[in-house]
Amino acid sequence: MVAIAPTQLVYQRPESLSDTPTHYCPGCTHGVAHRLVAEVLDEMNVRESTIGVAPVGCSVFAYNYFDCDFVEAAHGRAPAMATGIKRVLPDRVVFTYQGDGDLASIGMAEIVHAAARGENITVVFINNAIYGMTGGQMAPTTLPGQKTTSSPGGRDVEQMGFPIRMSEMLSSLDGTGYVVRRSLHDPKNIRLAKKAIRLAFETQVRGLGFSMVELLSSCPTNWGLTPLEALRWIEDHMVPVYPLQDFKVSPAVAEIRV
Amino acid sequence: MARELWKGNEAMAEAAVRAGVQAYFGYPITPQTEVLEYMSKRLPELGRTFLQAESELAAINMVYGAACTGVRVMSSSSSPGVSLMMEGMSYIAGTEIPAVLIDVVRGGPGLGNIAPSQGDYNQIVHGGGHGDYHPIVLAPSSVQEAIDLTVLAFDLAEKYRLIVIVLADGSIGQMMEPAELPPMRPLRTEYPEWSVRGAQGRERRILSSIYIDPIDEEVMNYRLMRQWSEIEANEIRYKQYFLDDAEYVVIGFGTAGRVALSAVRAARAEGIRVGLFRPIGLSPFPYAQIEALTEQAKAILVVEMNAGQMLDDVLRAVKGRVPVEFYGRMGGIMPFPDEIEAEMQRIIQVPPVLNGDPRKKWLQRFGKVIHAE
Repeated sequence: MVAIAPTQLVYQRPESLSDTPTHYCPGCTHGVAHRLVAEVLDEMNVRESTIGVAPVGCSVFAYNYFDCDFVEAAHGRAPAMATGIKRVLPDRVVFTYQGDGDLASIGMAEIVHAAARGENITVVFINNAIYGMTGGQMAPTTLPGQKTTSSPGGRDVEQMGFPIRMSEMLSSLDGTGYVVRRSLHDPKNIRLAKKAIRLAFETQVRGLGFSMVELLSSCPTNWGLTPLEALRWIEDHMVPVYPLQDFKVSPAVAEIRV
Repeated sequence: MARELWKGNEAMAEAAVRAGVQAYFGYPITPQTEVLEYMSKRLPELGRTFLQAESELAAINMVYGAACTGVRVMSSSSSPGVSLMMEGMSYIAGTEIPAVLIDVVRGGPGLGNIAPSQGDYNQIVHGGGHGDYHPIVLAPSSVQEAIDLTVLAFDLAEKYRLIVIVLADGSIGQMMEPAELPPMRPLRTEYPEWSVRGAQGRERRILSSIYIDPIDEEVMNYRLMRQWSEIEANEIRYKQYFLDDAEYVVIGFGTAGRVALSAVRAARAEGIRVGLFRPIGLSPFPYAQIEALTEQAKAILVVEMNAGQMLDDVLRAVKGRVPVEFYGRMGGIMPFPDEIEAEMQRIIQVPPVLNGDPRKKWLQRFGKVIHAE
């Protein structure tokens, strides 16, 4: 007779994620980012006091996947909507989850001013250098030379301008408490991303200002790569343009010990 | 409460405060800026939320967010700013949550000017962003009415979970008149069952304007339209002056209606049997009441501070039963009572015929009025 060891649960769905299959493509890192946020909400025990704001883009249905109160914003307006909620309910945890088209193109004014005001909200910014939901058009973060369906010859910076480094930009604003860039291309970086997300939410609950974690993410479908190739593409092509750094850690945030 | 001298914009702001507005988000634009300035001082001293947004686009989306928490929330703006708010208004309507907006209309199109106008009638009454929905629209003609309608706007918005717009114009916003404010209402301590405030000990709630399956979206649209039928039946507002024995009827809303009343009074003093019908609710519009006036009226004169935007709704109500004439001033010009009285005299002396487009006939006369021809 072979003895069967008692079952030990080592991995399960965070309470802050609902039991809903996502619509994301195979290999897309949205699922990883969702999970990291949900784990942080669980660890901080704030699920019941959290209100999420979903964007327009691939993560438009994020509200289906998180098991907390959620609202769905107009394209780019999530920081304004989050401001409205947070100003009325300052003791709740309010976060937006936005892609690069939403945050860095149509919603540029809203994100900049939310950061400048030092709104006590947390922004999870998914940068995959492309418009995913509409089928792979050029984003404000598309790399020079990168081919998309609206820059079929590759992004020509003479005609189409240069990619925008949002974290660097926003970190110059006095209202920001914590602004960093991380990547989701391998387990080590995913662990670092998780820590950053935790610190961003800790910044908010301590009232230390605007917090944002930019996450370099993959879009295998619209990049035309396999999931594995896509992760390598982040490392080889995106990280050199979008360095993984802490751009703003205010002195008060630097003292936070988790 | 005693009657006090109040400026229209500040009176509407204080009326909203007394009605329990908990948050205001806005952006400066003449001629409504005093609403924003008043709120910037008043709301913080009451411990409520005031925030000057970076744009009207942001302001209406802040309103959208705050409205999701179930508190009373509003914004105010003027015509070009309201154009920017159309996006948020459609989303608020699609999410079926209450919000109040004050539009202090100025001359347009484009940057236009800062003088009083009614050029936003179509944008507000028939517009309001993409998709099938209707806001309730209330049009004051005095500071007192602006106060009363602002309070009513919050009650109606909550009753029906939709946007209510107080459509004022620059003169209502800027002029001072004696008016009485209502007593201060307590802020609410209980919140609607749909409000998103954190899923404390309950199932999560989601507020969204998405119905990705068109079948669901059609059901939602049907719900909105059924509800609008109910609103059309219950929320018609208007005021009638000297209409009992009137042979001629003037129709005007807001400031144009008020100026027309002066003209009607002057004409009455000369023995002319003329009366005024002033719609207070522009949406829903008092079609049936105007249709009923065709039983007694020999002719109807519509007066507006635009190129005849409400005129089309009056024509729809009149159904060609009596002649309709139009007189409008545009681009930020207010009519004088004697202009309107002269129009009445013209109609009496040369009775209008049913044929013809009242707007085209007015345009033919109007070039001479402004010496453009």
